Amino acid sequence: MLEAALSILIVVGAIFTLIGSLGLARMPDFYSRLHGPTKATTLGVGSLLIASMIYFSTQDDGISFHEILVTLFLFITAPVSAHLLSKAALHLRVKSLVAPPREVEEADAGECK
Amino acid sequence: MKHWLLPHPILTPTLAIIWVLLVNSLSPGAIILGLLLGWAIPLFTLRFWPDQVRLRKPLTLLRFILVVLYDILVANLAVAWLILRGPRHIEPAFVVVPLSLTTDIGISFLANTISLTPGTVSSWLSPDRRSLVVQGISVQDPDDLVKTIKRRYEAPLLEVFEPC
Amino acid sequence: MLSTALAIAFGLVTAAMALTLWRLLRGPDQPDRILALDTLYVNSIALLVLLGIHLGSELYFEAAILIAMMGFVGTVALCKYLLRGDIIE
Repeated sequence: MLEAALSILIVVGAIFTLIGSLGLARMPDFYSRLHGPTKATTLGVGSLLIASMIYFSTQDDGISFHEILVTLFLFITAPVSAHLLSKAALHLRVKSLVAPPREVEEADAGECK
Repeated sequence: MKHWLLPHPILTPTLAIIWVLLVNSLSPGAIILGLLLGWAIPLFTLRFWPDQVRLRKPLTLLRFILVVLYDILVANLAVAWLILRGPRHIEPAFVVVPLSLTTDIGISFLANTISLTPGTVSSWLSPDRRSLVVQGISVQDPDDLVKTIKRRYEAPLLEVFEPC
Repeated sequence: MLSTALAIAFGLVTAAMALTLWRLLRGPDQPDRILALDTLYVNSIALLVLLGIHLGSELYFEAAILIAMMGFVGTVALCKYLLRGDIIE
């Protein structure tokens, strides 16, 4: 029973990780590519970490919970890196399927002398 | 008003919990050392933390976090489906969300929440901090998206973090 | 059953890393490459966690924590570089 649950968690986590990378590989522009890794990959690795936590807690003596730390860390840092990457892409005017709002370009033009 | 001995009442237990998680043991020694570190680190790094974080309604924050966790799951299924269906079905768009939040922590909470939930990534914060540019991967109705973000995420954060 | 699941998961994560590597090599822009590098970090955390379960050892965990932190710091530093042309101001 436990083993089945663990197996499902592991396979689902790996599938989400793959979907995240698939999004990175096949989406047409940078801003759409950003979505796969920030959401699907984070959730996939989170699911793997929870599986690892359950496995080591039931395996030998004592519970194991430091996996929570990495999960939390990933869930906090993924949106931060996504925001910074997106900001950098807007700054460099990476080509996009739709035009970014006018405010961005105006502020950016003012910022760089 | 800052207390000189305990300048950040929320940071101390947070650091203690992180220490216990890092050591991976619930022994009394680890907990005491964690509390000690949680007390000492804010005290010695006081200059880097000018503002104290104030939670006005912890229960609202808890409910908000549960809502966000549920939304993360739903959003992931939606994004996974979009990726599997292929690039021809996406409808990317930039929308501008006007902000009512003014505090740093409130805005960062909102931006991170937006990035983790339904097919949107917060891309850019205007220098005057009045508006947040959000990129959505499948936007049918931009006005509806802005309304959803403001109602579902910003309203509870306003209650929690904004000074009345 | 668990070992089968682990074998499948190893395959899937490796495929994910191959796709990410393809994006890293292909580009076309600098943010694309940084994003691919960041994803590669997260994928390697997944691989380490799976290896830890497979070998029944918790030692790999410390490596996973270090990679998570260094990966984040690296991504932020690279983004800062793109935004400002400088890392330490």
